[in-house]
Amino acid sequence: MNYWDQYLLPNSIDEALGMLHEGKGSAKVIAGGTDLLLDILQSRHPAVDALIDITRIPEMQVVERAYDRIYVGGGTTHNDIVANPLLQQNAHCLVEASSLIGGNQVRNVATIGGNVAHALPAGDGSIALLALDAEAEIASRTSRRWIALEDLFLGPRKPAFEPSKEILVRFRFPVLKAGESTMFQRVMRPQGVAIAILNMATWTRKSVEGIIEDIRIAIGPAGPKPLRARKTEQSLRGKAVNEGTLSEAVEALLEETRLRTSPHRATRAYRKHLLSVLLGRQFGNIGPQRGR
Amino acid sequence: METLKFNVNQRPIEIHPVPGEMLSAVLRDRLKLTGTKIGCDELECGSCTVLLDGEAVLSCVYPARKAEGKQVVTIEGLASNGTLHPLQDAFIQHGAVQCGFCIPGQIMTAAALLGVQPTADGDTIRAMLKDTLCRCAGYPTLVRAIQAAGESIQSGAPVKGPALRSASSKSNIGRVVARPDALEKVNGEALFTDDYVFPGMLHARVLRANTPHAVLVGLDVSKAMELPGVIEVLIADDIPGQNSHGIVIHDWPVLVGIGEKIRYIGDALALVAAESRVIATQALELIKVEFDRLPVITDPVLARENDAIAIHENGNLLKHITVRKGDVTKGFAEADVVLEGVFTTPMTEQAFMEPECSIAKPTPEGRMEIYVGSQIPYADRDQIARTLGLKIEQVRVIGTLVGGGFGGKEDIAGQIHAALLAQRTNRPVKLLFDRNESLVVHPKRHPTQIRVRLGAKSDGLLVAAETELYGDTGAYASLGEKVMTRATTHSSGPYIVPHVSVDCYAMYTNNPPAGAFRGFGVTQSAFAIESLLDMLAENLGIDPIEIRMKNALRVGAETNTGQLLTESVGLIECIQKVKSQIQEKVGHDDLFAARRVDGLPNLRRAWGIAAAYKNTGLGGGAPDKSIAEVELYADGSVEVRTSAAEIGQGLNAVLQIIASEALSVPMENVRVLLSDTDLTPDGGPTTASRQTYMAGNAVMYAAKIVQQAMATSLAEKYDVPPKEIKFVEGLAHVNGHAIAYGDVVGLLRAEGRQAKATYEYLAPETQPLGTGGDMHFAYSFAAQAAEVEVDIETGQVYVLNIIAATDVGRVINPLGLLGQVEGGVMMGIGNALTEEFILEEGLLFSDRLARYRMPSFLDTPAITSIIVEHPTHDGPFGAKGVGEISSIPTTPAITNAIYYACGIRIRHLPVDQDWLALEILKKLETE
Ligand SMILES: Cc1cc2nc3c(=O)[nH]c(=O)nc-3n(C[C@H](O)[C@H](O)[C@H](O)COP(=O)(O)OP(=O)(O)OC[C@H]3O[C@@H](n4cnc5c(N)ncnc54)[C@H](O)[C@@H]3O)c2cc1C
Ligand code: FES
Ligand code: FES
Repeated sequence: MNYWDQYLLPNSIDEALGMLHEGKGSAKVIAGGTDLLLDILQSRHPAVDALIDITRIPEMQVVERAYDRIYVGGGTTHNDIVANPLLQQNAHCLVEASSLIGGNQVRNVATIGGNVAHALPAGDGSIALLALDAEAEIASRTSRRWIALEDLFLGPRKPAFEPSKEILVRFRFPVLKAGESTMFQRVMRPQGVAIAILNMATWTRKSVEGIIEDIRIAIGPAGPKPLRARKTEQSLRGKAVNEGTLSEAVEALLEETRLRTSPHRATRAYRKHLLSVLLGRQFGNIGPQRGR
Repeated sequence: METLKFNVNQRPIEIHPVPGEMLSAVLRDRLKLTGTKIGCDELECGSCTVLLDGEAVLSCVYPARKAEGKQVVTIEGLASNGTLHPLQDAFIQHGAVQCGFCIPGQIMTAAALLGVQPTADGDTIRAMLKDTLCRCAGYPTLVRAIQAAGESIQSGAPVKGPALRSASSKSNIGRVVARPDALEKVNGEALFTDDYVFPGMLHARVLRANTPHAVLVGLDVSKAMELPGVIEVLIADDIPGQNSHGIVIHDWPVLVGIGEKIRYIGDALALVAAESRVIATQALELIKVEFDRLPVITDPVLARENDAIAIHENGNLLKHITVRKGDVTKGFAEADVVLEGVFTTPMTEQAFMEPECSIAKPTPEGRMEIYVGSQIPYADRDQIARTLGLKIEQVRVIGTLVGGGFGGKEDIAGQIHAALLAQRTNRPVKLLFDRNESLVVHPKRHPTQIRVRLGAKSDGLLVAAETELYGDTGAYASLGEKVMTRATTHSSGPYIVPHVSVDCYAMYTNNPPAGAFRGFGVTQSAFAIESLLDMLAENLGIDPIEIRMKNALRVGAETNTGQLLTESVGLIECIQKVKSQIQEKVGHDDLFAARRVDGLPNLRRAWGIAAAYKNTGLGGGAPDKSIAEVELYADGSVEVRTSAAEIGQGLNAVLQIIASEALSVPMENVRVLLSDTDLTPDGGPTTASRQTYMAGNAVMYAAKIVQQAMATSLAEKYDVPPKEIKFVEGLAHVNGHAIAYGDVVGLLRAEGRQAKATYEYLAPETQPLGTGGDMHFAYSFAAQAAEVEVDIETGQVYVLNIIAATDVGRVINPLGLLGQVEGGVMMGIGNALTEEFILEEGLLFSDRLARYRMPSFLDTPAITSIIVEHPTHDGPFGAKGVGEISSIPTTPAITNAIYYACGIRIRHLPVDQDWLALEILKKLETE
């Protein structure tokens, strides 16, 4: 009844994939382990034969720019994201999300890949990447493929790939251009579980006149998986921000989100209310918020 | 076999980790580096923080193999060549160390930060240490200490000490000094119970009922017995002595037997001792249990209904407690205004950072030694002896360091279970609770429902108070009756109310037991009365400060229970001091007006105020006694011995100061030995804010007797009247000679006398409730103001400022006192905003630390502590208790401030931001 039998530290993706293959389904990728190990320790996940630690694979630690895209290795820790000038410049929402995850010690080991692969509907990293229009590169023994983040989640804790067979190698998303900006916000409950009651990330491109030329909005938890609020985006595109457009957008948002009451965390009514508050704040330039 | 090669504290290490082994286990169990502490094993508390290649990581859920090739530094490796790291130095000097359990984690997390950013400011420190929890919660002091260390690293100059000044340069009373145990607590040498290992030691686990109400009908342990490595499995039938325990009433079964009742999920059914903890845990899963479930009662009001199923043989009422004073009917008839309110408070959890641990060790002479961090060692001894069928002299309780208690370590946790297994196996047995078991087992704060009716004249003078309380004492009595009595007697607040009637029902339910928790019932009733008082003030158009000043208890006034206060009532001064501080901060006279924040239209800020009082000592007619021994040695050193618990509050420093003052010896010559039932006399329970007063007095009188003996001896030898002998700093001055104390010891011994005294201190007599006399021998008083910020859109509440004025009689140990005030305030903030022990039909939702939020660095406001000194005649140097009072007014000060900020009255704790946001919305829509 060991939590795991073997703990392996491969140096390359191929090596890691080979180990997964040998594990025949009872081997699992581990990064920081801050989700997976607690799941195993607290019996939400069965014990495994082997844990394949991907944090020593150099390729998965790289954050770089190539042409007009930013690449972020799946093994990048949240603290490395926070400290990265390239990301500070191009992915403010991701930096902000990573900076809010856990405490300093957790951020030193927890990774962005793990956050996304854990596939919670309100994973802070997932929500930020979704707004960045990110894609994830998934490596299997036979191939590598890019999957848009929106297609990466099947449901709560169900990524569209198999962490006992495949590896999320890295993310990519477009660099930020003039007129574009991103933002991340979340509201937490001071009691009980420390999972966001609601979080929201946006990417916006505005004209010089302040017209929203393009926008992406990601929200959680607003359904079984991180949500891209496409209808709301549509309702805002081509418009200037004012009370009228905002209230239309809130209408659209209420329509396309599926908000629930989660016991000891939040009521549906409060979440509904927060939707409009957070959306308003994406444009209202509200000052720095205090966190817990 | 996997190998792990890495460096620990610059030493190369090669080991073969077993599957599933975490870094913390390698450090603690294999390398014996027990300075790294385990507070949760779930990445929540930060106690286990170590440096890994210079970065702070949590070692508890960090696979050992993952450290391959890395440089690990633990608290033991931080000092270099015997020189303390500036952080260690600063923690000692600033009094950042209290119980000490979290301290290694704090220092390591801070070391990582200062390693890259020695100039980190307060905000950065708070953000980077946010998940490194300290339940003693001296967060402001921790920040100051870290900053002082940073400055020293930056400048190379020695660490600057605290700004706090000693009360006097002549006396040790009120001197700013480091605690005697600070060094071992910053260098990792301090041993808490789980840090002890004995040869041949077994590991125990307890099978818990995990169902809240049932009859146990079957229990089969045969499979567990067969598991290799299991040495013993015990059930109720195996108990040689009495199968029950309890501090007041023995209603708590040690083990529930077949045919007997399970009353809450934590009830113990079977005990396993095995060669390892893993095996013991596996064995639990092999035990078959059958029970017949019974309806579950979780609401104290429903528990009192006639048709409610009886949880105990005598029904569900533990105690109906009443207070009657004057004639409330007449009082309300005289009132110009009558207001009523119902308030509720939830169950809350002490969440001391160190989970309970007991080690029982049989001695060759047939005695049983128990190592445990307990608040009441002598009560443990009695209870253990009773169940083991031993004489009390055959049991020795050896108090280890206590990683926080706050009332939660007064009852038996694992002491008896470990002892039963040790008795049977004749081997040492360690029983360590994991965090879940800790949350399940120990008694917590009573959830309480309080209905108060207050009548006042139009000028604000109170005339009548009628209160009804329902306290949920859970499955077992613990200290429930006493706690709810305190809630009852203090229910009208620290005010003069001529006509009072209070009824309190302490009810059994199938929830976890409720017992002592800092504040002891007064926390609950203070929230109710202080809220309603503000409502009354508003109704009458009177300022909240004025209504409190008008009605405040003062010398010559009578309390709720008819006690005439004759001295030491500093309440009015506390309120005045708080008022002038708010005035200074606000800059105008409209102290409680809501204020907006420039550029942030969603925010409202406001101040609120509350006051409180809290007894020192047991009171209510209970004989309150403490025995201490003081012994002088030939080397001039002094040992002070008493069984009183050091649970972080700084009692060891207090006793050191008092002994050194009473004996006129340098403080560093005084050692304090606490809590060993063989070596230290009974100091009574460490509860009711009583030890500074009780143990302080016992030590002071014992020291005086020793000094008298010295004087007598010297007087004879030098033929001078005793009073001409002067004792100064460890020297006796006689006739121009300066004789070292150590030499006087020789003199005494030569005369066949001992340089030692035992003093049994009896507190001034108190009277039982209902007799109208002195229910308590002293009270501490406090007023606090809180400035909150409410986000009227999200309902989020933050506390920006706390001003705390506390009448402590006399300051003995300023650093310890500051720690008590800061820690108390932080707990009050938790009680208002974050803490709720969530239950679902007797089962725990808050089953791990991740589901019980306590305040962190990020919840920490600026705390201004103002000390008011109205000495109490019989207190040591005038001192009275402070451990609880500092925590009581904080919550209502915050909730009152919320009202002034946004117009919504909080009636249920903790503040539900969800509800608050929607209430504010409703209010804005109707306006
Ligand atoms: C105290 C604490 C606070 C937290 N706070 C937050 C918070 O505020 N917001 C938040 O969103 N989360 C939070 N978390 C959750 C968690 O820390 C993050 O989700 C983190 O990013 C997970 O990363 P990891 O590297 O630890 O993942 P792991 O636990 O190692 O892995 C998680 C899952 O992803 C899989 N996986 C990991 N990496 C890969 C990969 N490269 N390829 C394929 N599969 C992979 C694993 O098999 C596993 O199923 C918190 C956790 C703790 C303990
Ligand atoms: S023991 Fe590791 S975080 Fe609590
Ligand atoms: S000193 Fe931090 S928990 Fe006690």
